[in-house]
Amino acid sequence: MRVVITGAGTINPLGADVPSTLRAMAAGQCAVTSLAIRDQRRLSVQIAASVADFDPSAHFPPERQRLLDRFSQFALVAARQAVQQSGLQLTGRLAAQTGAIIGSAAGGLSTSDDNFRAVYEERKSRVHPFTVPRLMGNAAASQISIDFGLQGPTFAVASACASSNHAIGLAFQMVRAGVAPVMLAGGAEAMLTLGGLKAWEGLRVLAPVACRPFSLDRTGMVLGEGAGVFVLEARDHATARGAPILAEIAGFAMSADGAHMVLPSAIGAERAMRAAIDDATLAPGSVGYINAHGTGTQANDFAESAAIAAIFGRRAAVSSTKGAHGHLIGASGAVELLACLLALNEGILAPTVGWRMPDPNCPIDIVAGTARRAVVTSCLSNAFAFGGLNAVLALVNP
Amino acid sequence: MSRDVEAEVIGILARQAMLDPFDITNDLSPEDLGMDSLGLVEAIFAIEEAFDISVPFNANVPQGGEFDLSSVGSIVDHVKMLVTARG
Repeated sequence: MRVVITGAGTINPLGADVPSTLRAMAAGQCAVTSLAIRDQRRLSVQIAASVADFDPSAHFPPERQRLLDRFSQFALVAARQAVQQSGLQLTGRLAAQTGAIIGSAAGGLSTSDDNFRAVYEERKSRVHPFTVPRLMGNAAASQISIDFGLQGPTFAVASACASSNHAIGLAFQMVRAGVAPVMLAGGAEAMLTLGGLKAWEGLRVLAPVACRPFSLDRTGMVLGEGAGVFVLEARDHATARGAPILAEIAGFAMSADGAHMVLPSAIGAERAMRAAIDDATLAPGSVGYINAHGTGTQANDFAESAAIAAIFGRRAAVSSTKGAHGHLIGASGAVELLACLLALNEGILAPTVGWRMPDPNCPIDIVAGTARRAVVTSCLSNAFAFGGLNAVLALVNP
Repeated sequence: MSRDVEAEVIGILARQAMLDPFDITNDLSPEDLGMDSLGLVEAIFAIEEAFDISVPFNANVPQGGEFDLSSVGSIVDHVKMLVTARG
């Protein structure tokens, strides 16, 4: 069974929907701003890419909000956009078969943070009764299933920064195998909280001013937040109802480095990319664009560049959009898949915002400065997570 | 200063059930107010917060265990008792 994307939705630092996000990516806009959360003065990190001016009340009635952590809110907003674009009527037998797989690294961290603060700092003896259903990692997936009445395979995937790609990849495999005709898949993350930011500060990988992927003057990563959700559909099912087809997912592969918790392996990344290309029955020469994981950390940029160079040399154009929207952690792969849709459908390769100077350790063709025009018929989206977990999606024009 | 426990409890239940406090009478049960089990748990949490008491409620025990939840009146009476015991 061939698998196509018939709907896309997002809310992320660049935009509150897909069209605004694609325009911002194409224009090379940067959504990194000064960070202003509660107890900001206790943080050394002063920048992030946040979803500004998000008003949950515009999307959910008060009684629903009480059960929704910020990451679930993002996931629902994105899922509703994706389903609307797909035009699917998720009722009856189709609703019974359709499920949702949503990746997230930290789940409902705002809820954990707020309630731990209440217990430890404010010495309160009780927390709100919905704390568990809000913070659990599968909350976003379950909320989507409840929102649309989906009764098929529904669960969460946690593989840190590769969570979205694993979620989309698993959903792809299910539709391809005929397990479900339609699946919703993507990722959501909202960890811009005092506790979440402190945890990242501890790793000493955060950039003070900007994220500069593959640039010699890189200083690290910038955290972001948001969600991306896609409707994956069997191609026959989609064409039979005249659905919009945004792209075909032709292949997916995952691998584990089996080596180190935070230092990535070029070999693991290369194995995942090669396997994704094989799964899609593509020749490496036909891959016109790679949306890199491109975190702007030295460890990632060197390993990923080595892996890309080993397979493609300089033949595939590469960009990382993390300089624009920050690192969305578990949501990153889903939002970054939009850059692949931009490349396939509009022939626009989003630039690597923040990139300033070539790095001899990154011997690949980096799209920088402004967007590049190119006819792209197939592309890859990379995600390489802490814990040494790699997940690569291969998309083609249908 | 004596608090109007009854009015406060009814106010909390009304907010939870999204009803007008004037429509809530002592003979009604939580089900009559349209409250499901999660709503009831949330209302008890709000009562505990408002009066700084611990309500002995276990959602696994029929009728909530020691705490008599059969009607608005029984909830008010029990909360009054707990508030008095707290001193």
